[in-house]
Amino acid sequence: MERYSDETVIVTGGLRGIGAEIAKRLYSAGASVAIIDMADEENAPEAIENMHLTSEGGNVCRYYKCNVADFEQTKRTVTQIAKDMPKVTMLVNNAGITRDGLVMMMSEQQFDDVISVNLKGAFNMIKHCSRQFIKNKCGRIVNISSVSGLSGNAGQANYSASKAGLVGLTKTVAREFAAKNITCNAIAPGFIATDMTKDISAENNPLAAQIPLGRPGEPADIAQAAEFLLSASYITGVVLRVDGGLGM
Amino acid sequence: MVFETVAKIIAERIDCDPSEIKRESAFRDLGIDSLDIVDLTMNLEDELGIELELDQKVETIGDLVDFIEAKQE
Repeated sequence: MERYSDETVIVTGGLRGIGAEIAKRLYSAGASVAIIDMADEENAPEAIENMHLTSEGGNVCRYYKCNVADFEQTKRTVTQIAKDMPKVTMLVNNAGITRDGLVMMMSEQQFDDVISVNLKGAFNMIKHCSRQFIKNKCGRIVNISSVSGLSGNAGQANYSASKAGLVGLTKTVAREFAAKNITCNAIAPGFIATDMTKDISAENNPLAAQIPLGRPGEPADIAQAAEFLLSASYITGVVLRVDGGLGM
Repeated sequence: MVFETVAKIIAERIDCDPSEIKRESAFRDLGIDSLDIVDLTMNLEDELGIELELDQKVETIGDLVDFIEAKQE
């Protein structure tokens, strides 16, 4: 596909799960992909090989180790990506962690850690990438939020606060940069099948049974929505639920 | 020197003669918004070969020139 030739998407948390699926899909569509994650550089090639990237174009995929919660690290990394790769026009803020616990048991550290990665990490990336987007006269940002941020979820005060924070961040960024052909949208995944939940089916899990579409989502379902939002030029500030109808 | 470079780049941007750009000209009056100023400073980075991360409000051409000159020192 010609669509993304000579454009780069940065995917944070892109070595595993939903992030890896998004990286793979955009790579297949012809975009160059800069994956940011926490694994050491020597472990990354194997993880990337396991993603089985395929493309007919001349696009590239590179890995950058970076803690998105660290302002200076994100600044250096984005500068380096801009030097190494074709023009940076897309960003997917997918990096996220959980440190679950009921409020009464949750430590200050648990709360701060999750906010730092999930929310401040997205701010750091948007801030530093925005210079590239303005320079390249185009920017498409997708923040991976969560239904937990829209409805709340017992045991996830930190996580749902960070994911709700992403919704506010998304809408503000959408407004601030709208005049510069920079869009910003969020995806709120519902119950997504990962390694951890792969044995759960609609038959034996009460949560899955509540999903109108009758199955948990796959990372590919989120990747499809991400590619759509990254390619849309007249959609900004939306929160797209990808949850099989669970949130209706 | 900085002023001349800034005036040249702004004149190109809004399509006027550099002599019409004064130190006291306000960006707003020239139809240049705050994101345009960020964009302009990135052009100036290439032109002047220094890193300019705008971290303060600049209202006039003179403000931007002062900011750049302070960074050069």
